[in-house]
Amino acid sequence: MSDSVISLRDVWMTFPGKRPGEQIHVLESVNADIARGEFVCIVGPSGCGKSTLLNIVGGFLTQTRGEVIVENAPVTGPDRRRIFVFQENGVFPWLSVEDNIGFGLRNMPADKKNAIVAHYTEMVGLSGFEKAYPRELSGGMRQRVEIARALAANPDIIYMDEPFGALDFITRLKMRADLVRIWQAEQKTILFVTHDIEEAVQLADRVFVMSTRPATVQKEITIDLPRPRDLDSKGYLEKRDEIFKAMGMSLKIGSPADAGGNGGRNPEPTAAVEQT
Amino acid sequence: MNRATKILLPLGVAAIALVAWHCGVRLLRSDLFPTPLDVVRGIVELAQAGLLLKYIVASLFRVTWGFGLAVLIGVPLGLVLGWYSRFYAALNPLLQILRPISPIAWIPLAILWFGVTDAAPIFLIFLASVFPITVASCAAVHNMQPVYVRAARNFGLGTVALFRQVIFRACLPQILTGLRIALGIAWLVVVAAEMIAVNSGLGYLIIDARNAGKRYDLVVAGMVLIGLIGLGLDYLVRQLEKFDEVRWGYASNSR
Repeated sequence: MSDSVISLRDVWMTFPGKRPGEQIHVLESVNADIARGEFVCIVGPSGCGKSTLLNIVGGFLTQTRGEVIVENAPVTGPDRRRIFVFQENGVFPWLSVEDNIGFGLRNMPADKKNAIVAHYTEMVGLSGFEKAYPRELSGGMRQRVEIARALAANPDIIYMDEPFGALDFITRLKMRADLVRIWQAEQKTILFVTHDIEEAVQLADRVFVMSTRPATVQKEITIDLPRPRDLDSKGYLEKRDEIFKAMGMSLKIGSPADAGGNGGRNPEPTAAVEQT
Repeated sequence: MNRATKILLPLGVAAIALVAWHCGVRLLRSDLFPTPLDVVRGIVELAQAGLLLKYIVASLFRVTWGFGLAVLIGVPLGLVLGWYSRFYAALNPLLQILRPISPIAWIPLAILWFGVTDAAPIFLIFLASVFPITVASCAAVHNMQPVYVRAARNFGLGTVALFRQVIFRACLPQILTGLRIALGIAWLVVVAAEMIAVNSGLGYLIIDARNAGKRYDLVVAGMVLIGLIGLGLDYLVRQLEKFDEVRWGYASNSR
């Protein structure tokens, strides 16, 4: 496909195990195409290898087999045109907020750099915190700094590895709304890894559902819901359930005996599920 | 704990210790061992003879050179050792063999190589501090969060920029802790280093006061001065830990 920005062709990944000769198969024949400007989420059970896949696409790991083509060239390493937002927060604690956001603009004239930094500081809602240090910020604010740092470098693609995983529920909801707003304004291609199905349905144009290890893309689901998305709409719930089903998960919690204790809006439980 | 308590508590303990020292000497009727007052008189005598400042400056001069050279060599060496695993594999065993050798054991060689010049004690102080600095810097790289390096690589940093802007900065809090320990050791060693070959400094004062007329008041005066200056040096390095560039690396109670 010529119009795809990211193209995965039969990607396999094997890690050496603890015992000599042992091999752990993490990815098995992953195929995928992502178009320019698309927001794609990768969901899958914990430990299935979705982070590994993102790290391969990002150039931090090399696949055992297969081809990873980004912008018409095989990936050989990380690239400043494709910025990674890390799960464990890669904001530099020794730099102030503004120096962090301007980190990717080192070779730029100061006035131009300052303008860009100010623009993205405002976009992520951190105006007034320019001189603050990361240790003085909340987890959500630190994650905003990293997103602003990624955007300020003006990449074509942003890779995000469970960036909101460590945040509380309310902050997470707000960060998702902000991310979609920024993405709509900036028109970047975003590849976003999450284990949170709700998150994927709220954010993505398309969701890749990975299987358990050795993982492959077992289902692609197009989320053609209009934005802003109504988290109570029938369409939203249907898409969510479709992903739950694709992951082979039950939407019921507990055994029949204590079903009466469930005060939620039956038959649609909210977030937590058990794996069958 | 409020500020007043924080200051008054240790001062109170010091006062009690001084009184106990004074009473102890009086009760035992020692002729040689000085009372605190004798020590103060000794310090005043040194000051009047123009020796107090001279000896302190001489000792600090040697520590500055020895410790300074150790920082200039130990920090880059440690960072490179920590980053390049082959370099580490090649050099670490040698380092671990040299490290446990007391600087005192190097005294004969220091005299052989540098004679009775200032270079001998400076060399000993350098040896005493370069190993803890190197080891702390190397361990800092090993303990560094890999995400910083990955982020830096993502933004296209070359090797030199990576070391200067990320690895060094990420390791700085731990390096500073290493420097604090190394400076303490350097100050310990200056006394031993000055007991040989030189004719100035606080270490020389102690050995000279004993040899020239059993002046134990001056011996203890030298000891007290070493302790107080050591405290001051440690305080100075601790002030560095308050800078925003490193404060993130220390426990949350210092926020």
